[in-house]
Amino acid sequence: MPESVRSLALTVNGVPIAVQPGTTVAAAVLMAGAPTRISVTGEPRAPLCGMGICFECRVTIDGVPHQRSCQILCRSGMQVRTAPSEPAANPAREFAP
Amino acid sequence: MSSTADVIILGAGIVGAACARACASRGLKTLVVDSGFVGGGATAAGMGHIVAMDDSPAQLTLTRYSQQLWHALAPGLPPEVEFEQCGTLWVAADAEEMEEVRRKCALYESSGIPAEILDAHALAQAEPQLARPLAGALLVPSDAVLYPPSAAAFLMRTAMEAGARLLAPQQVLSAANGRVRLASGEELHAARIVNACGADSVALLPELPIRKRKGHLVITDRYPGFLHHQLVELGYLRSAHAVAADSVAFNVQPRKTGQILIGSSREFGAEDASIHHSLLAAMVARAQQYLPRLADLDAIRVWTGFRAATPDKLPLIGTWPKDDSLFLATGHEGLGITTSLATARLLVALLLNEEPPIPAEPYLPARFLSRSAQENRIFAHAPEQSHA
Amino acid sequence: MKESFDLVVAGAGPAGIAAAVTAAEAGLRVAVVDDNPAPGGQIWRSGAHLPRSAQHWIARLHRSSAVPLLGWRIFDSPEPNLLCAEPSSFPPSSPNGSSLPPHRRHAELRFKKLILATGARERFLPFPGWTLPNVMGAGALDALVRGGLPIAGKRVVVAGTGPLLLAVAAHLARRGAKIVTVCEQASFAQLARFAAHLALEPAKLAQGAGFALALRSARLRTGCWPIAAHGTDRLRAVTLRQGHNFWDVDCDYLACGFHLVPNIELPALLACRIAGGFVSTNGLLETSVPGIYCAGEPTGIGGVELALLEGEIAALAASAQTARAQKVARRRRRKLAFVRALERACTLDPQLRTLPAEDTFICRCEDVPYAALCSRSSWREAKLHTRCGMGPCQGRICGTATEFLFGWNADSVRPPVFPALVANLAVSPARTHDFNGASAASRAGVAAPTHAFKETR
Repeated sequence: MPESVRSLALTVNGVPIAVQPGTTVAAAVLMAGAPTRISVTGEPRAPLCGMGICFECRVTIDGVPHQRSCQILCRSGMQVRTAPSEPAANPAREFAP
Repeated sequence: MSSTADVIILGAGIVGAACARACASRGLKTLVVDSGFVGGGATAAGMGHIVAMDDSPAQLTLTRYSQQLWHALAPGLPPEVEFEQCGTLWVAADAEEMEEVRRKCALYESSGIPAEILDAHALAQAEPQLARPLAGALLVPSDAVLYPPSAAAFLMRTAMEAGARLLAPQQVLSAANGRVRLASGEELHAARIVNACGADSVALLPELPIRKRKGHLVITDRYPGFLHHQLVELGYLRSAHAVAADSVAFNVQPRKTGQILIGSSREFGAEDASIHHSLLAAMVARAQQYLPRLADLDAIRVWTGFRAATPDKLPLIGTWPKDDSLFLATGHEGLGITTSLATARLLVALLLNEEPPIPAEPYLPARFLSRSAQENRIFAHAPEQSHA
Repeated sequence: MKESFDLVVAGAGPAGIAAAVTAAEAGLRVAVVDDNPAPGGQIWRSGAHLPRSAQHWIARLHRSSAVPLLGWRIFDSPEPNLLCAEPSSFPPSSPNGSSLPPHRRHAELRFKKLILATGARERFLPFPGWTLPNVMGAGALDALVRGGLPIAGKRVVVAGTGPLLLAVAAHLARRGAKIVTVCEQASFAQLARFAAHLALEPAKLAQGAGFALALRSARLRTGCWPIAAHGTDRLRAVTLRQGHNFWDVDCDYLACGFHLVPNIELPALLACRIAGGFVSTNGLLETSVPGIYCAGEPTGIGGVELALLEGEIAALAASAQTARAQKVARRRRRKLAFVRALERACTLDPQLRTLPAEDTFICRCEDVPYAALCSRSSWREAKLHTRCGMGPCQGRICGTATEFLFGWNADSVRPPVFPALVANLAVSPARTHDFNGASAASRAGVAAPTHAFKETR
């Protein structure tokens, strides 16, 4: 079926991306070419286990951090944010009142 | 097979490690024996709050002195100790507790401990995640946090660099009259034996007035910036004092990693380490009343540990009058991390018959022997003290 | 959510589906819980290209009266006959900052009987570069492709051990991937013995022939494994080793898994006896805890057919159809030889222990290097002094690796068995009294969070 009819639109780090229904957020992030998270020593990481065990695929979805993207299906309008490029960047704004 | 030393320290928790470091640095031939590994007991279970506590004048003297020792040591601590001087906010929920803030502030200042009263607005600025309205808080900026197992490992490593030896894992069968018998069959000899086994010290000396007081802790995933200070409710002392009943209190700590450590619970009579679900639930619910958005964070681990509680909330430091060779450095309840360094200084002074850096009397084990007949009843009949 | 069931099935893979269907068709009130958004488990991940038998079972599940609780993750069992679960994904908090209402974030599932069908995960062995993006499990790449990741034209090295490698390579090849090579760590002799065993089972032989056909263009190497992955921000090339030969191949993905390890955390939490890394059961798959059964990979890695049989046996036994259960159990026993043959075929070469370099991270959550672990004498000591296993995966990845590398046994399992919302730890069905009265905060009328405990009762 034509993609224009069936695709879902979401953003990964603010960049729009269109995916087929049934696509996991992890797949969408890989398609966008972004690492899912930055490790505690600053390495880029991407999914390892693909089944919700390893926690490498954690991303922030609609403002909720630490979501396992390999177990979550894309929804239209979803805003996905991967780890900041600077691990020590101030995420305090997430908790601003 | 046998081996001799000037001093044998039983227990390689943070107290034993600190004592080993102090002994070895004074040139004593020091041997440490532990049934597991360094910092693997209550040290591993504790929060790692370096806190000045005013439950009693003697407690304030000991915690304050020890805190100063930690600050002196801090520049040399390796990064894995995660030492951070985040300060403590003693949170007051109402006018009654604000009165307590003012009393506490005056006491701390008269003891030379900087403290600052925050009103409701200043508190909300300092910790935006706190629920509102709260009345205010007392900020004690000199309080700090650290990661206890790494702190114990650092103390033991420097002790060994100064010549101390570690025998672990080795089970101790008995320790008395200058002789330590190990399960391996080996026998160790020393003029001085220090029991620093925390809640397990009664296994070697059943008449010690020490009871296990179980606690639970929860740690979250990393949420840097969520909190900035150790937060403790002023009602904490009420909870810590409730000698008979199980209790919970709001006591939450930001780790250097961005993780949030959530406490605390106190429970007598529980011998097994399993999670007590209803107590855990009450503890977390209490924390959520103060920090509503804790609810949305991921908790990644829950554990328990056993504090070594004495009837008067003060540790046992010094000789055991019934055995000339036996010294104690135990019974620190929830303050072993804070007071480990001061305990070690006191112990070494007592071992070497030197002038102690602070008065030793309040902590001498002899205080219980003089009223030994009462020992067991002290726990049962301890009055509910006010925190004044 | 609070519900009671005759039977709860934990896991909606083949074993769980067979169990749920069998029990529901026998008239039991059944719930089947899985943290994934669709049934099928890892092996029958939704998407196209599912075998007909899988489609048949999944359709049968949907037709049955079993209540599917998909997207719910079990994290605790605070008392006997009770499981607690929470959603595996969350919508954002409402704009006023209040959290999800309790009924949407917490489920209490009471059961009379429980079947644990928690499946297995891949074993990962650390080697230099294994933390680079696009180095992942074989099953993981397969799952990502089924989850929408385009693979056509991508160069893939498949490596590790076990029949999963060939299945994944075949599937990816059908999707247009260029399978550069398939590296199986087992020796040719090991595989030959296994193939001889397979020849005894016609269905599996047909499968094997199918793989061979799909793999005509690729090369299967035995006694071969990756020793390093290269790249800066993502994988660029892999160094492979076979005997004394070393060579580099360029690739886009390295799909590398060293067979499977069972998910036994939930069985362990429930105090089911574990022996040799697997859940112990009697012939009708009841564990050491009466009323709790176990089916599928946690009883022994045996693949889909065995898992289906075990799900059926456990459900028949749990619904008191003992005679029928015993009949199916006889069919299961004939297949157990396959479990042992598979285990032998996948026995790891001890040389794989030398893969990590000093600075290779073993614990990926906390970035703990191999060198920091070498001097430790136990898993618990390593955890406390290096943070290994202290991250959100709770040691599921590094604990499996250190078991092979150092022979350590993971310490006891405690709740929560998966990270869970702090709010959900404040929910205790056993809570009957306040421990020291109302807090000063509540006395002072501090706004309690909307999900305060009492509202969930």
